[in-house]
Amino acid sequence: MPKVKDIEILVVGGGPAGLSAASAAANLGAGVLVLERDGKPGGQLVKQTHKFFGSKKQYAGDRGYQIGNLLIEQCENNPCVEVWTDTTALGIYEDGVVTAEGQGKHLKINPKKVIVATGASEKMIAFPNNDLPGIYGAGAVQTLMNVHGIVPGHRVLMIGAGNIGLIVSYQLMQAGVEIAAIIEAAPTIGGYLVHASKIRRAGVPILTSHTISEAYGQESVEGAIICKLDENWKPILGSEQDLKVDVICLAVGLSPLTELCFQADCQMKYVPELSGHVPIRNEYLETTRPGLYVAGDVSGVEEASSAMVEGRLAGINAAYSLGYGEDVAPKLQAEALVELSELRAGPAGQKTMRGIMNLMDKGGAVC
Amino acid sequence: MLNKTGIPTAEDVKKVSPSEDRLKEGPVAIIECFQEIPCNPCTEACKQGAIQPMKNINSLPKLDFDRCNGCGVCLSRCPGLAIFIVDASYSDTEAVVRIPFEYLPVPQVGDKVVGLNRAGEELGFFEVIKVQSGGNKNKTYTLWMVVPTDLAMDVRSIRLGGVRHAS
Repeated sequence: MPKVKDIEILVVGGGPAGLSAASAAANLGAGVLVLERDGKPGGQLVKQTHKFFGSKKQYAGDRGYQIGNLLIEQCENNPCVEVWTDTTALGIYEDGVVTAEGQGKHLKINPKKVIVATGASEKMIAFPNNDLPGIYGAGAVQTLMNVHGIVPGHRVLMIGAGNIGLIVSYQLMQAGVEIAAIIEAAPTIGGYLVHASKIRRAGVPILTSHTISEAYGQESVEGAIICKLDENWKPILGSEQDLKVDVICLAVGLSPLTELCFQADCQMKYVPELSGHVPIRNEYLETTRPGLYVAGDVSGVEEASSAMVEGRLAGINAAYSLGYGEDVAPKLQAEALVELSELRAGPAGQKTMRGIMNLMDKGGAVC
Repeated sequence: MLNKTGIPTAEDVKKVSPSEDRLKEGPVAIIECFQEIPCNPCTEACKQGAIQPMKNINSLPKLDFDRCNGCGVCLSRCPGLAIFIVDASYSDTEAVVRIPFEYLPVPQVGDKVVGLNRAGEELGFFEVIKVQSGGNKNKTYTLWMVVPTDLAMDVRSIRLGGVRHAS
């Protein structure tokens, strides 16, 4: 291999956004290289055993891992796409060179355009003994169960009733694991209510306005004390309950994985509705660093269906800016933009819409 | 409140329930989808034209009970597992409730299973009279259970962890 790998479009991250970006750009004729940290592309899709929402255009009704396989196939079947697995992007330099570590080697890549689709990482919360063995992030539980076929324990306390908390609870139940309760500090369930209802009718209590006060156990988790919160989110004395569980699973939100964007000197802004610091970008997902695009959770935490459409949009735009698809690209761009606004048009998309408005508002404080 | 507990209220359910007369006429879908989310596979699943096209993808599904023949295709396609089929014409005293099912073990025809309501409370032992596989790709099973007619609008799940046989 030459010392520096030249490529037209480099996609960092082989999840739903990255794979969609790669095949969209390659379909227009651009040469694409995808860097994937894991041994297999697909990102979080490989662990999603439930049927996805959305419309036919986002493969609604198919299960997440099935969609992941489809996206992987689309990239494999396209001679313009190369995927490097077990390869982690390390840095992005002023001259545009991206460095990566793969198979024990330090790699240099010189792309004309970069699409950052690094996704998000899980948040943690503070409570006494939160470092006991048996306390997992929801992503780790999914990896254990759905990638390696190992159940994490016998009885689980799930913290967080967003979509991830609800879905991972359901997957645990499908694996034969008991859910003692799902607790949520907010006064209402954050995830889709159809997910909540299917778990509730199987007998699992969902306790809103509840939090964990502490975990306990000698060598590993043996139980948790939970308590009720008042309308000011303060613990109500005397409301404590002791739950005997051997697993505590945290599904308390995600933060965009934006290190590369910071390093690339993209203008960043803290937008709570998008779950953290995100790069300022235009409608076509190009950041303030010309030629650097973002797609998926790194540009604001949302659903996989919109991540796939964002990926497609970023891929089309990167290829178009290199002179590919001059006849069809504008139409494809317009279609993707319509799909995104359709997905976000309802009450469930309002938070994202507010976040994007806030992000685009040039008057706000940036860093 | 549904958004605090995950349990649809009687009022919620009433909004998506057909009339008593329609229930007695034969199988009909009950679409227990109460929140506007971006999702429309049910509209494409329905070949009867009973689930009307949505204004936008976030709209709630709208079912024309008179056009619905209870075929159950929407039940197995709904990503939210929120659609049930109720047939109150089964006998004078009993109805058939069909529910989506994605746990193991899958009950067998003839098994008596513990039926649960929307809150997960036990309502009794009910016989499974049919089990439909969703196929290799879809993977959602449809369980057909015979329940007393007055529980047809309440039984929505079964107790997990294997089949408890009535002694």
